[in-house]
Amino acid sequence: MASICFYFQVHQPYRIKKYRVFDVGNDHEYFNDRSDRDINNEKILHKVAKKCYLPTNKLLLELLNTHPEFKVAFSFSGVFLDQLEEFSPETLESFQKLVKTGRVEILDETYYHSLAFLYSKKEFVRQVELHRAKVKKLFGVTPQVFRDTELIYNNELAKFIEDMGYKAILAEGADHLLGWRSPNFLYNAPNVTTIKTLLKNYKLSDDIAFRFSSRSWAEWPLTSEKFARWVDGVNGNGNVVNLFMDYETFGEHQWEDTGIFDFMRALPGELLKHPDNDFVTPSEAAKRYPSVGEFDAHNFISWADVERDLSAWLSNSMQYEAIGNIYALEDDVMASGDAKLIEDWSRLQTSDHFYYMCTKWFADGDVHKYFNPYDTPYEAFIAYNNVLHDLRLRIEAAKKKKPAVKKVAVAKKKSTTAKNAKTVKKVVVKKLPAKTKKH
Amino acid sequence: MENDERHAVHLVTNGMKHIRVLMFGWEFPPHNSGGLGTACYGLAKSLTRANVAITFVLPKKLDGLDHDFLKIVFANIRNIKFRSIKTLVHPYITADIYDEYLRTAPEHELYGLNLFDEVRRYGLQARIIASEEHFDVIHAHDWLSFRAGIEAKNVSGKPLIVHVHATEFDRTGGHPNQYIYDEERRGLHAADCIIAVSQYTKNVIVEHYGIEESKIMVVHNGIDPSEHRRALPLALSHVRAEGKKIVLFVGRLTIQKGADYFIKVAKRVLEFDPNVLFVISGAGDMEHQIIRLAADIGLGDKVLFAGFVRGEELMKLYRAADLYVMPSVSEPFGLTALEALSNGTPILVSKQSGVSEVLTHVLKSDFWDVDDMADKILNVVGSRGLHDTLGELGSKDVEHVTWESAAGKCTQIYQNLLST
Repeated sequence: MASICFYFQVHQPYRIKKYRVFDVGNDHEYFNDRSDRDINNEKILHKVAKKCYLPTNKLLLELLNTHPEFKVAFSFSGVFLDQLEEFSPETLESFQKLVKTGRVEILDETYYHSLAFLYSKKEFVRQVELHRAKVKKLFGVTPQVFRDTELIYNNELAKFIEDMGYKAILAEGADHLLGWRSPNFLYNAPNVTTIKTLLKNYKLSDDIAFRFSSRSWAEWPLTSEKFARWVDGVNGNGNVVNLFMDYETFGEHQWEDTGIFDFMRALPGELLKHPDNDFVTPSEAAKRYPSVGEFDAHNFISWADVERDLSAWLSNSMQYEAIGNIYALEDDVMASGDAKLIEDWSRLQTSDHFYYMCTKWFADGDVHKYFNPYDTPYEAFIAYNNVLHDLRLRIEAAKKKKPAVKKVAVAKKKSTTAKNAKTVKKVVVKKLPAKTKKH
Repeated sequence: MENDERHAVHLVTNGMKHIRVLMFGWEFPPHNSGGLGTACYGLAKSLTRANVAITFVLPKKLDGLDHDFLKIVFANIRNIKFRSIKTLVHPYITADIYDEYLRTAPEHELYGLNLFDEVRRYGLQARIIASEEHFDVIHAHDWLSFRAGIEAKNVSGKPLIVHVHATEFDRTGGHPNQYIYDEERRGLHAADCIIAVSQYTKNVIVEHYGIEESKIMVVHNGIDPSEHRRALPLALSHVRAEGKKIVLFVGRLTIQKGADYFIKVAKRVLEFDPNVLFVISGAGDMEHQIIRLAADIGLGDKVLFAGFVRGEELMKLYRAADLYVMPSVSEPFGLTALEALSNGTPILVSKQSGVSEVLTHVLKSDFWDVDDMADKILNVVGSRGLHDTLGELGSKDVEHVTWESAAGKCTQIYQNLLST
């Protein structure tokens, strides 16, 4: 039996506009570029919706109607969903339509597509909670499977996520950890009890996501028949083929004229020609298949770049300084109780900001340059750094306001603090309903 | 197959050995007033290492001093023969300054009467030299030597390469002296091949001198980083001890180098961070104007004029700086930017420069965009992370910009000319 498990990542960051040192203290809107540049978030969202989200959603709906066996999973970042609500409600509706079929699963992630797990567990939990609530609100479902930003993963995260009540977690099928073993089985971290780890089959996934239109690739052109044959080959030596990729693969990274839509339109039919093939969602895979062994990730892995590590976001001193600075503000920002300040601070945690500051341009240069809306990593850092200065001024202003309030109403302040403490406690302890029901 | 390859390599090596170049320049370290002498030295040294034999002709003979100078160069560079003829000409001269110089120079130094005569005399000398020397190719650096190159070509019938390190458009901020422009134009049209120090300069030549693109080859300048790797103390230690940040300008104080923009940027930066000292090293015809400008806008104690500095003193200055700024209005290449990077100092260079074409890990601004430069400077002096990343990766970046690579391209150009 070979089950095919599609998971598509859908994310758009709030990119920072060209924000100069002269704007500090004068302009508190960081994400509202209105120019023709690729830092205009609304423009980007409309462009990608037109090229990818709307046509691909239409295609998937068509496939779900044609093939009752077909299933897929999505993970939407919270900031993506925010932008759909703000800029393109029709795209949101088309995603909601897909989920209504009952054969489209949604995964959880950090609301802000952040690296919070590395810097603040408290903030991490807050963001996962926010994400779960958002998915519930927009789609009426509660995710049972988790994936962290860009498939960042290690043993500690697997355990942490298990404790939060999830049944499965996704990771990159990194060769250096798998060795001779196949990614086409489920595994478990050495330190967990029940949570299962699904590994991306990066070869087959990247055949679609990266190599599909590459004419220098020996297998070009890739047809759905050929791809289905490769998947059939897993029969007998694997349980599940995890095809994990960015949703923007369809129409945005691989343009329509490459034939990517025709490929996808024909693929489920081709895969179903083999009687032993079927489709599963990540939670179904976790339910159906046992773990065959330990996948031991002491160090963080991810699906980014050839290194499959954290170096895309954290490898030069600018990146470390910027991320250190943003998390250093956590206590002050949360204490301010200022919703706009908290939201801006949260949006500045999105991993893309640090990705734009990446300087390892020599091996993976093309990919980084393609995905970088700033001319240089230095320009990205400078805009971010200036914004941080402004954020600090706002925090100071908020602090100065507080004591004045305190003088007027001491009792009120006390109750606010108690309430805040309770919220934090609740956030940490709260589990998924599924967990409590289990066993 | 293997034999064939070996045979081919052998032929190429042999061919290179046989190239003899008659090179016309006008300054050579340590008697240089700018990047041109440094460039001629670096290129000539690497060419001789590639077994190209060079006879380097210099127009000026400085009594007493040039004897020392020749010795030093002979000691360091093999295969170079020095010829020198007496002249007042130096590379950055303008007609006005030349007149001034004629009025004040000691009597025994005077040969020509004005710039025209100097250049013409250099050309006449070149004829004699060309008839005495044995060479395959003529290679002339910048406009003052173009006439000499043309004369040598006329006498010998050998191919002429003119190497453009700067044009009159760069030097004058777009207001060329007609005589110099005509000299440049003549040389460019007479040449069999033109070498430009950057794509930026190539574009200037195509646009302003009516030369077709295919005739111009781009050969970027280089640097020998090992010369900048010595352990040296930092300059201005007392300033640094006070916790002040240092932003450095190095260059001739002329319209081309944008020193006035540097002062304007300083003012903008100091509005936000008074803890920065701006250091200017260099001399030139705008010196008094720049000092006055700084004083007029109230930056007297925030801008330090260090004068013309060279060698180890300059390296110490680069290292003391938190950022090197090159706000040139029009910079064909910009060797000082490579020097600063080789000393581990981050740089901000104008987009109107050749050096910006070959470097990735540097900050770039339009020279006129004072706010953009100020924004970048403030961030570098305010962020260790930005400063260190630029310094670290920038100094690696510069390792790829070598004179070996420049010499290799020149050798290829010689061979192509000789095989046609």
